[in-house]
Amino acid sequence: MSIAEPPKAGVDEGHDATHGGHEGAHAHREPGFLGKYVFSTDHKVIAVQFLFTTLLMLLVGGALALAVRWQLAYPWSSLPIVGKALFGAEGGQMSPEFYTMLFTMHATVMIFLVVIPILAGAFGNFLIPLQIGADDMAFPKLNMLSYWFMWPAIVCFIGSFHVAGGAAAAGWTAYPPLSAQVQAAPGSGAGQTLWLLGVTFVGVSSMMGSVNYMTTIINMRAPGMTLFRMPLTIWGMFITAILQAFALPVLTAAGIMLLMDRMVGTTFFTPGNLIINNAEPTKGTGQVLLWQHLFWFYSHPAVYIMLLPAMGMVSDILACFARKPVFGYRPMIYSMTAIAGLGFIVWGHHMFASGMNPYIGMAFMVSTIMIALPSGVKVFNWLATIWGGTIQFTTPMLNSIAFVSMFIIGGLSGIFMAAVPVDVYIHDTYFIVAHFHYVLFGATLFGVYGAIHFWFPKMFGRMMSETWGKIHFAITFLAFNATFFPMHLLGVGGMPRRLADPYHYPYLSHLIPMNQVITWAAIVMGAAQVILIANFVLSIFFGKKVGRNPWNANGLEWMTPSPPGHGNFDVPAVAYRGPYEYGNPATPGERDYWPQFEKS
Amino acid sequence: MSTATADLAGGHAADGHGAHGHSADGHGADPHGHAHHPFHAHHFDSLEQQFDSGKLGTWLFLVTEILFFSGLFVAYVIYRTTHPEIFEWGHVHLNKYLGAINTAVLIFSSLTMAWAVRAAQLGQKKLLVTMLWITFACAGAFLVVKYFEYSHKFHLGLLPAGMFNPVMAEPVAGHDATGHGDAHAAGGHATGHAADSHDVIHGPPPPPGAGIFFSIYYAMTGLHAIHILGGMALIAWLAVRASKGHFGPTYFGPVDYVGLYWHLVDLIWIYLFPLLYLIH
Repeated sequence: MSIAEPPKAGVDEGHDATHGGHEGAHAHREPGFLGKYVFSTDHKVIAVQFLFTTLLMLLVGGALALAVRWQLAYPWSSLPIVGKALFGAEGGQMSPEFYTMLFTMHATVMIFLVVIPILAGAFGNFLIPLQIGADDMAFPKLNMLSYWFMWPAIVCFIGSFHVAGGAAAAGWTAYPPLSAQVQAAPGSGAGQTLWLLGVTFVGVSSMMGSVNYMTTIINMRAPGMTLFRMPLTIWGMFITAILQAFALPVLTAAGIMLLMDRMVGTTFFTPGNLIINNAEPTKGTGQVLLWQHLFWFYSHPAVYIMLLPAMGMVSDILACFARKPVFGYRPMIYSMTAIAGLGFIVWGHHMFASGMNPYIGMAFMVSTIMIALPSGVKVFNWLATIWGGTIQFTTPMLNSIAFVSMFIIGGLSGIFMAAVPVDVYIHDTYFIVAHFHYVLFGATLFGVYGAIHFWFPKMFGRMMSETWGKIHFAITFLAFNATFFPMHLLGVGGMPRRLADPYHYPYLSHLIPMNQVITWAAIVMGAAQVILIANFVLSIFFGKKVGRNPWNANGLEWMTPSPPGHGNFDVPAVAYRGPYEYGNPATPGERDYWPQFEKS
Repeated sequence: MSTATADLAGGHAADGHGAHGHSADGHGADPHGHAHHPFHAHHFDSLEQQFDSGKLGTWLFLVTEILFFSGLFVAYVIYRTTHPEIFEWGHVHLNKYLGAINTAVLIFSSLTMAWAVRAAQLGQKKLLVTMLWITFACAGAFLVVKYFEYSHKFHLGLLPAGMFNPVMAEPVAGHDATGHGDAHAAGGHATGHAADSHDVIHGPPPPPGAGIFFSIYYAMTGLHAIHILGGMALIAWLAVRASKGHFGPTYFGPVDYVGLYWHLVDLIWIYLFPLLYLIH
């Protein structure tokens, strides 16, 4: 046994065969605990490492969000539980600058340490080799490095709360000059430098991951696994990897330039003669807007990096539990490609209020609205997939249906802000906050919840509790909508983002009760995640053991033992047909599924 | 992988993925006793697949490198179009002869690198090691020249915008006099004007905000120099492996991959040199 196998190995009958088969080839290396579970190069172990880490960070990011919500519901009151310990001198009351650090780091943690790595790092790592029939990723060591580059970033982000001035407070967008001038605000000191370093580390991690995923999908497919027999999950991961590889280096370059601005005074992003906080006037001829362009050139494709893998996984889950093929398999692929392609040319829609030539604004507006077309194709295909199906309302299915419905709401509100005349009014309000939480949480995170429940048996050889899964889903779904739907109304009511005390402005003071409702809904939603974590952890040890294919699904991953041993496949993987042969009348036997790996 | 399953897979060898290379499965057998190459990683079906994957991965990595530098090139374009006068003033103070020498050195090193790949493919170990070390030496020479260029500019106060403080030959109206004096003190000169004409800047005074030229100059050439350093580490690693006889006609992937990387680093310099040194 060479490098590793997932925790809780050895529950499946087929496992010993895999074990024996590889011992001969690897007998010269017998790793200890560290090599097996910590510095592992096995894609499944790395996936589980990513999954544990990102779930932990989900709780961290959630706690930061709840602190933000508390301030908005009960401004300047004592922060419950942790307030006295953090701000003893102020009677547990947070400072305005701490509030700005909270929302900055909430977004940073959720985007860079939760959503991107849980999709690409956890599920991409786990599913790509299994679903295409490969023994492992093309570059296992690079894969391991891509996980371990997460940790310096985590240290930078979490550690930045403990440096002088505190964590970065310029928002996750880090616009200069707030992020460029050390004296600009309390969080603009060492905290901002650590933030930039952390983003560079996750950037390197993502870059290594994406090169690996693309190479693996192109070069490591099993016999018969043609491109158009790949599950949509793989297509989603593949297109995401392209986006990551081709957009992210630009952010890395911009981040390094901003670091240089801060460390050696290159003034790339600082104009001359700018006086901030009575400091010396700045020198140089920098361009503030250049940061915004370079930042959004990555960060707009990044919103699709945070969505496309979930779209793919949800397509797999919907087909499996509707017992029907995905409607319009190829249009699904083409529409994902179109979303990704358009995603590269629409970054300017984040900058309508920053000032740009109106004609360019119109070009950005039109291209942005065009994204509704492929998105609409996908939504109608999902609906047509479950239409008339024999629907099984399992936990993964419920979460996937939530994905589709929340994506519709989040997608429609996106069209509002794509239009320049509307965006000028709702820009930087809670309408935007509602929109991207509907897409990032309502869509992506529900998709991730579905994927966790769906592939958990393959990861650990045991089922998660369906009952607790449904309870978690129901509470999360209701509380999610109670939290984020009213934010549309706040936004239309004119409440800006990122204000520690919006009620300072009299026209907003009547919004306090709605903010209190939102906060309590958010607290319920946060508490419900404890159910997920408990269900997850307890099921690893006490869940019902399962065989290879508990869901009667079709992908190649279901031919392996649960969990798969090192090298994944105990018999060679061959794909004989497409991934969605559900309910095909030609299927031999009395079955409504016809796995890719069955010869006939 | 049992022998039986390997045979089954062998039936699909036409797809290029079928034959799992590690079919020998004797427990406790000599790991290198069976028929696969010592550097054949087990998760690849064949050495060809391993080579193709490495090459594809390298190309994709190079695309990310190009995009990384493209962010800097975009910045260059923005600053140059908004302030052409700064670039016209600034490029005069780069030494185009040293830049040209460095360009020649790098192009020559690309030749020796390509030659090294060829030697690896033909199994000419001695030639391979020689060519790798020559490439390494060229990279070192490039950095030495760069060191002299940088230190001369530091000396003249031609620094990134925040520290930009040029030491002019004659006092210039409107120029920051105190900063002027400081720079001289730092340069080891007791009084105002240096006697040595190499220690001062001749010609017209800098336009306002001229430091941005040197910001972008140091950022682009500095990040390029870091890539040179990375390449030197990789080439040294290759040379050590080559001395051990690791490379030959069936296994030369790493030499090929580093070669591609080296050509890209060379290519980026070929763009940097005219854009920074030769503009008008």
